[in-house]
Amino acid sequence: MTRRNTLLGWGFLLPNLAGFALLTMVPVVLLFYYAFTTWDIFGGAEWTGLDNARQLIHDAVFWTAMRNTLYYTVFHIPLTLVVSLGLALLLNKRLRAVAFFRTVAFFPYIASIVAVAQVWNMLFSPGYGPINAMLRAIGADHPPGWTTSADASMPAVILVGTWREMGYFMLIFLAGLQTVPGELYEAARVDGAGAWQRLRAVTLPCLRPTMFFVIVLLTVNSFKILDLILVMTNGGPGQSTLVLAQYVYRKGFEENQFGYASAVSVVLFLLCFLVTVVQFVVNRRREA
Amino acid sequence: MSLLLDKPAVAARRDHHRRRSFKWGRFAGYLLLAVASVAVLLPFYWMVVSSLKTNNEVFTLPVQWLPADPQWHHYVDIWTRSDMTTWLGNTVLLSVVVTLLQVFTGSFAAYGFAKIRFPGRDLLFLAYLGTLAVPWQSYMIPQFVLLSKMHLSDTLWSIIAIQAFGALGVFLMKQFYESIPDELIDAARIDGMSEFGIYRRIMLPLSTPALASLALITLVNTWNDFLGPLLYLRSSDLWTIQLGLRTFISQYNAEYALIMTGSVLSVLPIVVVFLLGQRYFVEGIATTGLKG
Repeated sequence: MTRRNTLLGWGFLLPNLAGFALLTMVPVVLLFYYAFTTWDIFGGAEWTGLDNARQLIHDAVFWTAMRNTLYYTVFHIPLTLVVSLGLALLLNKRLRAVAFFRTVAFFPYIASIVAVAQVWNMLFSPGYGPINAMLRAIGADHPPGWTTSADASMPAVILVGTWREMGYFMLIFLAGLQTVPGELYEAARVDGAGAWQRLRAVTLPCLRPTMFFVIVLLTVNSFKILDLILVMTNGGPGQSTLVLAQYVYRKGFEENQFGYASAVSVVLFLLCFLVTVVQFVVNRRREA
Repeated sequence: MSLLLDKPAVAARRDHHRRRSFKWGRFAGYLLLAVASVAVLLPFYWMVVSSLKTNNEVFTLPVQWLPADPQWHHYVDIWTRSDMTTWLGNTVLLSVVVTLLQVFTGSFAAYGFAKIRFPGRDLLFLAYLGTLAVPWQSYMIPQFVLLSKMHLSDTLWSIIAIQAFGALGVFLMKQFYESIPDELIDAARIDGMSEFGIYRRIMLPLSTPALASLALITLVNTWNDFLGPLLYLRSSDLWTIQLGLRTFISQYNAEYALIMTGSVLSVLPIVVVFLLGQRYFVEGIATTGLKG
């Protein structure tokens, strides 16, 4: 019986597992081998031990990419969290046009990144773009150059990143809000709790599992940000928006240094892995 | 869950009649909603309006919110000035094939994970789950090397290979299958139905909404994928709409109106698909989100 089940089980898994193992699991394992090799376009991988790691520590560009990634992460997470939770709370009420807006909020998330990035780049255009035109109209004499200035390029990318993802996280929060028992609000109201107190004492604690999930996802999403940056700024101006994933792309696909690019990938991998594990453990402890 | 898009939560409904002072809250709510709607929709509006302007008009100040003389011909011109037909053809082909494979292999594996007990199953599922947390960007290099060695890079097969066997389908369908009671399956087993028969004749029909969710999410992802094609599709006759649009932008960088026309064409089909099936799309996202 067990043997029959084993065969059956693997039979059902096989079509997906074959592809998944070969194209995802094997590469993940290979990554840790490549990271210890030097490999240029000619010839194959050559084992060089910790050479890549040593080089990485002294690589100023790598640290710039790391700093920029953290910059994006530190601002993108709270911003998206507040906006998407705010929208979810707002849309959980009985207001007219709620259904319309819930649908609309999704558009940025399903729209092609190339098109969206191009539109935003035009909107951000320093001289004639609508955004700066509006800023000037309300009295800003020297509006930022956005994607063309080293100081404002990352904020511009963060804004677009938040605009893109808020609909997705809003939906996850909405789904979480529907699991909050209505009786709790009744009880809170009987006790005389105002809207703010109900939010703090009922809504937020009940949303904790959702919050946990959203933060993990937001962190990993921020660490791996690549496509938006490639299309909006390509890392520039200068190195002001160069992020880790883009450094992997550059080293690997533009300079064909597969070994070194893999070493950078391992850093990216470990960062994401660490975040997931830490948040998971923290969440476990809190629930216990 | 199924009514997520049309109905507010029960608690909020009770809120409604209770308070008088709530009026200010409602007003503020509408105001915030209006601001948010503008912020979300304005870029899309600007995209469509610009595609109907002349190049000079796109950047005139003050901003023109309506084109003086709509240039509909951009929507004709773009077909002769770019390889839009090829790009769309490739994108549609890839989206359909990837979606079919993802739905089929995903639901098949999910049945194995959800309803058949065998040694090693839970460990294997953990491996699936674990890789969901690993971003593609971190293993794209070894994956590229592997596919190059299999001589699949610069073919449409490469995109099919990297997109079609994801863990997402397995995960989403397993969530759904677990909500179907085991008694139903045991009864069918006692009646002598084969496992494949159970999957085919009981599980698949029951899971139409979940399958639709998975199909829609996969379709949207494949249509919009930019990085995969960027790495793998070098020959221009293999380009998808995302790659094509990007080259088009750098080639015609001053033809703002035409670029916006291309952008509209790359977004429009997916918006239509989304509007037609938003219920399933939203449900799929909400399920993966809740159980994460």
